Amino acid sequence: MAVAPNMRSSWPRVWAGIAGAAGAAVLLLVLVFGLHRDPGAIPSPLIGRQAPEFVLPLFDGGTLATPALRGRVVVVNFWASWCVPACYEEAPHLQRIWDRYRDRGLTVVGVNIQDQDRLARDFIARFGLTFPNGVDRLGTISIDYGVYGVPETFLVDRKGRIVHKYAGAVTEEMLVSEIEPLLADADGASP
Amino acid sequence: MMAMLGFLSLMLAVGCAAGGLVTLLAGHRLRHDPARAAWGRAAAAGLFAGVTLAVVMMEAALIGFDFSIRYVAANVNRATPLLFRVAGLWGALEGSILLWAWILAALTLLVAVKYRGRHPDLIPSVLTVLFGIALFFVGVMVGPANPFARLPVVPPDGRGLNPLLQNHLLMAIHPPLLYVGYVGLSIPYAFAMGTLLSGQHRDEWMTLTRRWTLVAWTSLTAGLLLGARWSYDVLGWGGYWAWDPVENAAFMPWLVATAFIHSSMVQERRRLLRIWNVSLVILAFLLTIFGTFLTRSGILASVHSFTQSLIGPVFVAFLGLVMVASLLALLARLPQIRDEGWLDSPLSREAMMLLNNVVLLTMAFTIFVGTIFPLIVEAATGAKVTVGPPFFNRLFVPLGIVLLMVMGLGTALRWGRSGAEEMRKLGWLIGITLLTVTALGFAGIRGAGLVALGAVCFVTVAQVGEYVRGALARRAATSESFPVALRSLFALNRQRYYGYLTHLGLAIVITGIVGSQSGRIEVQRQLLVGQAMQVGGYTLRLDGLVALPGADKLVVAAPVAVFSGNSTALAGSPGSPGALDILRPSENFYRQARTPVPTPAVRSTWRQDLYVVLMAFDPAAQSAVLRAVVTPLVSWIWVGGTIMVIAGVLAGWPSHPT
Repeated sequence: MAVAPNMRSSWPRVWAGIAGAAGAAVLLLVLVFGLHRDPGAIPSPLIGRQAPEFVLPLFDGGTLATPALRGRVVVVNFWASWCVPACYEEAPHLQRIWDRYRDRGLTVVGVNIQDQDRLARDFIARFGLTFPNGVDRLGTISIDYGVYGVPETFLVDRKGRIVHKYAGAVTEEMLVSEIEPLLADADGASP
Repeated sequence: MMAMLGFLSLMLAVGCAAGGLVTLLAGHRLRHDPARAAWGRAAAAGLFAGVTLAVVMMEAALIGFDFSIRYVAANVNRATPLLFRVAGLWGALEGSILLWAWILAALTLLVAVKYRGRHPDLIPSVLTVLFGIALFFVGVMVGPANPFARLPVVPPDGRGLNPLLQNHLLMAIHPPLLYVGYVGLSIPYAFAMGTLLSGQHRDEWMTLTRRWTLVAWTSLTAGLLLGARWSYDVLGWGGYWAWDPVENAAFMPWLVATAFIHSSMVQERRRLLRIWNVSLVILAFLLTIFGTFLTRSGILASVHSFTQSLIGPVFVAFLGLVMVASLLALLARLPQIRDEGWLDSPLSREAMMLLNNVVLLTMAFTIFVGTIFPLIVEAATGAKVTVGPPFFNRLFVPLGIVLLMVMGLGTALRWGRSGAEEMRKLGWLIGITLLTVTALGFAGIRGAGLVALGAVCFVTVAQVGEYVRGALARRAATSESFPVALRSLFALNRQRYYGYLTHLGLAIVITGIVGSQSGRIEVQRQLLVGQAMQVGGYTLRLDGLVALPGADKLVVAAPVAVFSGNSTALAGSPGSPGALDILRPSENFYRQARTPVPTPAVRSTWRQDLYVVLMAFDPAAQSAVLRAVVTPLVSWIWVGGTIMVIAGVLAGWPSHPT
């Protein structure tokens, strides 16, 4: 408040500048820090635990039992056809992950929840999804995985442990950065 | 098609903003260059045309259910009513940036046209700043927040607007008003920065921006008021303000803008506080950007479908850029805009306005610290903490009381140096206030509430006193009757007398806040149909459960008969005579939401509100859980706030030559 009249020296200006710049820098740093965290993230207690096993009736017939996938890296994706826009955004990414890694020991599993059969099949057909996809009719799988909303995606390593959980749409880049070390890690090790 | 056209119009807008910026920057040294000024106007027109076209495309897509556009699919479904399809424009991030850019483009064009040929050494610099801001917002939309981004496969239906937004009509007008206020503050900022850039002026921008600032302030006030009302009507907890980061983000610029409106009068009148005013305007503008960042980046509050968008970092970068540029410009011109004198006397109106500025800024700083404190703590220690209402309430009660005292003093004292007459006025004021406080004390009011009401009385009497004195003086001079004289005061000096009206409105709002904070009675009970419960002088009887299927939702309402007094003799059929009112609290089931959204029912009188929420119901057992809240004086907040907004509109209304 004390704006002294007719100050000749430029020192107050310099100090004001330094103080202003320092304050601004601190604030910006705090904000940048803030951007690196997700206040809405719900930490899953399942991280590091064995992934719950399940048997999934598939849309194109047959069933998938997860014990058969032991030794492979598994991406378990919970989705629904009414989940707009997130499930629509991530579907092509999941398909690309499947195409890219299926021969290197990775399986993508789609688990459709709270949906209508016709709409779910339509969704799969229009995106041309080829990875195993089935319905969690009783909702027991999503309860075992503590699914809170759709989409949610769990990453399971070769030993069957959950290593990562994503809430919201995943992208190919997000998954690749986690998948590569998992595939590399166990390449030499015994499953 | 629409997505393509919309995106192309945004590209056009980017081109115009960049073109305008470059042309004016290049022409900065060539003053009084009509050709460049014309290019600047053309660029402003192009910017407005481009963003307008994009808005039209987006609205067409929203109204026409074009689910190939991600934004439309995320915010509209086939059951969304037309009004909320239109309002979908400001329902989420990308659309609200589009709205922001649209308002800014309109204001830029308005400045370019309104000051055509006038102030040729100032307006180009002002437009330069506005183009710079506009370039950021339209640039964000062709980059990380593209409202016209498409989905790889068109979904058969969209998700729909957040039901909390779709559940109230106010959502259709509250955000645009708030945005006009936010964006409107970029005009005084652009004039202040233009003044610094041009290096030739010191005081002209005060007069030029007075009305712009007033319009922005009034819109912000209306936006905050409607936001509080929405919160009261929709959220179902019987409160109107929760110190939520989103609310704080809008309240901070309002406080700083309020401070600026007062201190700008000191500069207009006394040629003082120049550096202070420029700093305030910079601060207000920074706070609008910061507020948008807070509410739109997901940094503090997040929904489940959190996406890793680039919008946060981009906003931080822009915030940093504005800070650095403003600080440099201010420091560079500091010697030119330094004041030559200082206050003549601490007992003057300008001294009180300065004091009011200090209090308002302290309030803004308090909110700022409270809002980002959790982030600071987490950055420093990793611990997660929250700052809740007790922190803000504890600081705002004393600050608010000081602010009211200063308001009263500032109204009673005169410009320059107060004399014996003002001291007599003050004596009267203090006398009346003390009498009122004593009376209120005998009426059983105690503690902080009593002090606050005393301060409210002080302010009110000071404003009323000015009206009476002014009208009496006018009557003596013109022999008009007292009511006519009172009316002509408003015509003679709108700023001053509507300003007093704003103060009165605030006094009413604060009375409402004090009342509603002091005595809240809350009861929650499970009732069978036909059973009754008592709450604060009312008896409520559950009369049934009614399901009403609507186009976009299923509504389950519980008619509740309200009787006065704690009467237990309520035997009789539903709708029995003697009921004061039938309230219909309801729960709304939207298909886009898993949990129902309640709509409380309110019986509002000038003394108190009865607020009833349907918490849960069981159709098989014919029972419902009702929460009833009785809160004193809530309606005073809406009345006082409306008076503030009306006074703001009238004070800024273009005056007719008489």
